[in-house]
Amino acid sequence: MAQTNEMKIEFDSRSCNESFARVSVAAFMTQLNPTLEEVADVKTALSEAVTNAIVHGYENEIRKVYVECRVEDQMLTLKVTDYGKGIEDVKKAMEPLFTTKPDTERSGMGFAFMEAFMDEVEVESEPGKGTAVSMKKRIGRTVSEFER
Amino acid sequence: MENGFQIKGTDLIISVPAELDHHNAEMIRKSSDQMIQNRNIRRIIFDFQKTVFMDSSGIGMIMGRYKNMRFMGGTVIAIRVSERVRRILTLSGVYKVIDIYEGLPLQSNIF
Repeated sequence: MAQTNEMKIEFDSRSCNESFARVSVAAFMTQLNPTLEEVADVKTALSEAVTNAIVHGYENEIRKVYVECRVEDQMLTLKVTDYGKGIEDVKKAMEPLFTTKPDTERSGMGFAFMEAFMDEVEVESEPGKGTAVSMKKRIGRTVSEFER
Repeated sequence: MENGFQIKGTDLIISVPAELDHHNAEMIRKSSDQMIQNRNIRRIIFDFQKTVFMDSSGIGMIMGRYKNMRFMGGTVIAIRVSERVRRILTLSGVYKVIDIYEGLPLQSNIF
């Protein structure tokens, strides 16, 4: 039987909530007994997705950002959703160094970091409707025979 | 002097907070640009001693300061960088344009 567990949070798209989202997800994933590095990887990837929702999705308008988190066995799945302006060309947006806001010092590395730190990244987006970023990461080495 | 910023001669030392995300990057950007404009700063030193978290917003902020400084003929360095921060700096390519030190640069009199 697969062990599953889920949680969902929603918060205002204020930059001060970015650290709240990271801490919440980090606390939730402790049940998988992750290494410190795995926690740091997930926090970085989540931070990128939430920052994108705030900066690009809502363009600093105060609306809600949704973070869903699910564990199934050792697989952690994160989904960050906004109902903001959406992405015209997802493939282009995911290119390293590509940014629509170079003037505000966006580095264009957000999706590259998500892909570097998670096993799988999937983006669904529709202009005018919003964006959902789903990310997966397998946490922990496989359990040894003796621990079962 | 604002918390986290210190001016020594022509050096501006920025004590980077524990978490360098979009929120904190914005605050550092605003305060540091004001100081660069008003004082004769030739070098920005990012001190990462306290920093345990950083994302791409931090990269954007550092690159922005680098561009400003280079425009005026100054330099930017990062000191007391942890393994995690080093990884982010390496991944983003920032290490190609600014010098990164795990401790303090030799013969420096930063502190």
